[in-house]
Amino acid sequence: MADYKELVLTTSGVNPLKCMRCGKCSGTCPSYDAMEYHPHQFVYMVEKGEIEKLMASKSIYTCLSCFACVERCPRDVEPAKLVEAVRLAVIRQQGQNHLKSEQIPDLIDDDLPQQAIVSAFRKYSK
Amino acid sequence: MQVNQEFKPKVVAFCCNWCSYAGADLAGTNRSNYPAEVKIIRVPCSCRVNPLFILRAFQRGADGVILCGCHPGDCHYTTGNYYARRRMTLLFSMLDYLGIEKERTRVEWVSAAEGAKFAATMNEFVETVAALGENKRLEDLRCKTQ
Amino acid sequence: MRRIGVFVCHCGTNIAATVDVKTVAETLGKEPAVVFSTDYPYMCSEAGQNIIKDAIKEHKLEGVVVCSCSPRMHEATFRKTVAAAGLNPYMLEVANIREQCSWIHKDIAEATAKAIVLGRAAIAKVQLNAPLTAGESPVTKRALVIGGGIAGIQTALDIAEAGYPVDIVEKEPTIGGKMTQIDKTFPTLDCSSCILTPKMVECAQNENITIYSYSEVEEVTGFVGNFSVKIRRKARYVDEDKCTGCGACTEKCPVKNVPDAYNLGLSNRHAAYIPFAQAIPNVAVLDAEHCIKLTKGKCGLCSKVCSAGAIDYEQKETIVEQQYGAIVAATGYNPINIDGYDEFAYSQSKDVLTSLEFERILKADGPTEGHLQRLSDGKQPKTIVFVQCVGSRESGSTHGCGKEYCSKICCMYTAKHAILCREKYPDTDVYVFYIDVRTPGKNYDEFYRRAVEQYGVHYIKGMVGKVAPQADSTLDVQASDLIANEQLHVKADMVVLAAAIEADKTARPLATMLTASMDTNDFFTEAHAKLRPVESPTAGVFLSGVCQGPKDIPETVAQAGAAASKVIGLLAKDKLTGNPCVAHSNELKCNGCSSCANVCPYGAITYEEKDFSRRRDGSMIRRVTSVNEAVCQGCGACTVACPSGAMDLKGFATSQIMAEVDAICK
Repeated sequence: MADYKELVLTTSGVNPLKCMRCGKCSGTCPSYDAMEYHPHQFVYMVEKGEIEKLMASKSIYTCLSCFACVERCPRDVEPAKLVEAVRLAVIRQQGQNHLKSEQIPDLIDDDLPQQAIVSAFRKYSK
Repeated sequence: MQVNQEFKPKVVAFCCNWCSYAGADLAGTNRSNYPAEVKIIRVPCSCRVNPLFILRAFQRGADGVILCGCHPGDCHYTTGNYYARRRMTLLFSMLDYLGIEKERTRVEWVSAAEGAKFAATMNEFVETVAALGENKRLEDLRCKTQ
Repeated sequence: MRRIGVFVCHCGTNIAATVDVKTVAETLGKEPAVVFSTDYPYMCSEAGQNIIKDAIKEHKLEGVVVCSCSPRMHEATFRKTVAAAGLNPYMLEVANIREQCSWIHKDIAEATAKAIVLGRAAIAKVQLNAPLTAGESPVTKRALVIGGGIAGIQTALDIAEAGYPVDIVEKEPTIGGKMTQIDKTFPTLDCSSCILTPKMVECAQNENITIYSYSEVEEVTGFVGNFSVKIRRKARYVDEDKCTGCGACTEKCPVKNVPDAYNLGLSNRHAAYIPFAQAIPNVAVLDAEHCIKLTKGKCGLCSKVCSAGAIDYEQKETIVEQQYGAIVAATGYNPINIDGYDEFAYSQSKDVLTSLEFERILKADGPTEGHLQRLSDGKQPKTIVFVQCVGSRESGSTHGCGKEYCSKICCMYTAKHAILCREKYPDTDVYVFYIDVRTPGKNYDEFYRRAVEQYGVHYIKGMVGKVAPQADSTLDVQASDLIANEQLHVKADMVVLAAAIEADKTARPLATMLTASMDTNDFFTEAHAKLRPVESPTAGVFLSGVCQGPKDIPETVAQAGAAASKVIGLLAKDKLTGNPCVAHSNELKCNGCSSCANVCPYGAITYEEKDFSRRRDGSMIRRVTSVNEAVCQGCGACTVACPSGAMDLKGFATSQIMAEVDAICK
């Protein structure tokens, strides 16, 4: 599973080696306190290849994708794109059925567009 | 492969006066060995080397040509080696197209302090060229003297 | 075919041990052009040199080949020998049979064969050598220093001290530069003005120094030793010779709302002004943009109160043309414009300052008369946050104004600011947010440690992400503390941003005028990064201070002195002897395409319209190249670029190198 790093780097297009460890991303992050791993740690952990830890963390869902870190990073590292790439890595895991077909009838709601259910089903069940 | 061991390739080395020629001198001062087949021509700067010189060398029967200059950024004339690098990149790919193998031509950066590197480069280059055998592609037989 | 003499040196046993010198001399003696060939144990000795001299005379030699050690060793020696016998010194070639032959080969037969080939190559080359004479050009014994900051001042003082006249061109109305605006200097905390103003006065008093203040360089022509420079003296509407600097005009001037550049716009000045009390020259200036008389034709108050009659509304800008032997660029720096950094609220709050603005707050002649006050409400700040690396070490695209380099001085001046705050106002809380603290320099790290240990400044590793002005007029500073791995909020009264520094905007056009090269950051390039750090690759142009790269005051002064010594060394010569191995072009082949001029790193190549008219063909004016031999350094880049083969290099001509190639490949 060491290939997760490669996957994250390719899908995000980010080069974590550009980071000079200034911490401006974490200094600017509005969702900082809600995160277990903060933006600057994200960059460092991706560089070290600790992707599974990140995939298991709730941090990837507490990131608001506001892109403040991307906007303000002095070295153009783009941490938010790494977070997004880790999210995608989770989604793309094979055999991880987050949504089973038998659960769907219970989820159906008149206010919920059918298309959302279809696309969620596509996305979360493999 | 019997032939190749006997074969002594002719190698012309163009060295810039400020770095590589001094590096070659240092190789001598250190008594480093490299094959006598290498003959050095001194030029003020690697950018003085006209692609014509290299074509001429091959035409006259050289088996390999190497151009040595200062390391990028260290050129005595600031930018000469960059010109040389560009020109040689173009020339060498053209020569390759003509059938003169890329291994017969080389650009190497040798500073005045790198006597050992100069000797090592020459040893390796001559070995590579010797393995390729005689260069007959551009040779002008009319130039051959007995 | 020329009559060639060959002289083979044994170098004791250095050569003779592995090269059969007798055979070499004998074999080369049979070469077609060679009329004399001999060997001798030490060619470079007096006796050896006499053999060469005698042979030249006896055998009427027209070219000499010495087979010996490296030409880098004794080429100059043998050139003198040859010249002493009446031959042109450039009719000599050295075949390197020691460093590049005897010392690297063990087999005698092999080494001897190679020595013969090297000798043949030298013979082939010397056949095509042309007698060369090094050009001479006179040296104008006057130097120009462009920029009147501490770099320019120090360079000018050192040159003047050596007895040469030197002119300072300064675009502002006074010399002194950035150092006049600074309060204290690190790491000794002595007062900047107290050490600078005596030097400014010295400049004004030194007979060898002429100050062209409020002036700019308009045009530079010529070359090393012979520059001709046009200096544009802007109209200051005050007669410099008559003005006594009493300041009556500035007091009476009714226009009071012009942003004061000396205080970086933090306060206002009059339209008639003297930049600051110790200005040199101490002469008033009328600001043409704001003066009522000059814009609307009414007022004239200053003229009425001037007892010296120095005010001259009719003054026009003038052009001074002057000759110089050497030019020193000392154009200095400016902090970058940080308006693009919205996250730091610089344009939203008066209490967010740049470090240079903060200097003005601390300095006694600043907008707050040296009292640490907020500009918004005049209150003394209790919590100050310093942010490092604003715009430095950026990859550029983020804010569009960031610089990739480290500005070098910010770590130290921020430590200084922090110490000054804590020393004068011990009840102030001072935070410094840093990425790295860089303090290489004598007593520098000790200084920074004092800020932390003795003065209790809070150094926090991490960057400030956001500064938000609050309703209670404080500033919420949101930052990361990387060591504690937490996000901080500091309620600050003042935020000081260590803005990156960049080369002055005038540097780029100046470099073009001087044909001096620049890097991508608009800093002047030095001739050699390690060994010639104060010279530009363009001969006769020298570099002083930050225009070459970020540096602090001690380094600037050191470099200024070094540049001055280079200038003095140049001006001490009566004539400059050039390198005769320079490029020259065959006008009949030249098609005026500019390829050579484009690759010349020295700007030695220009074009001229030349008349090639012949009676038979009618008139023909062609654009042809012309090489300035005093500027050309002889690299040969142009010779290869020339598509028509018009350009060639003396001493290393295409035909000569081809002949060497032929001889070697034979």
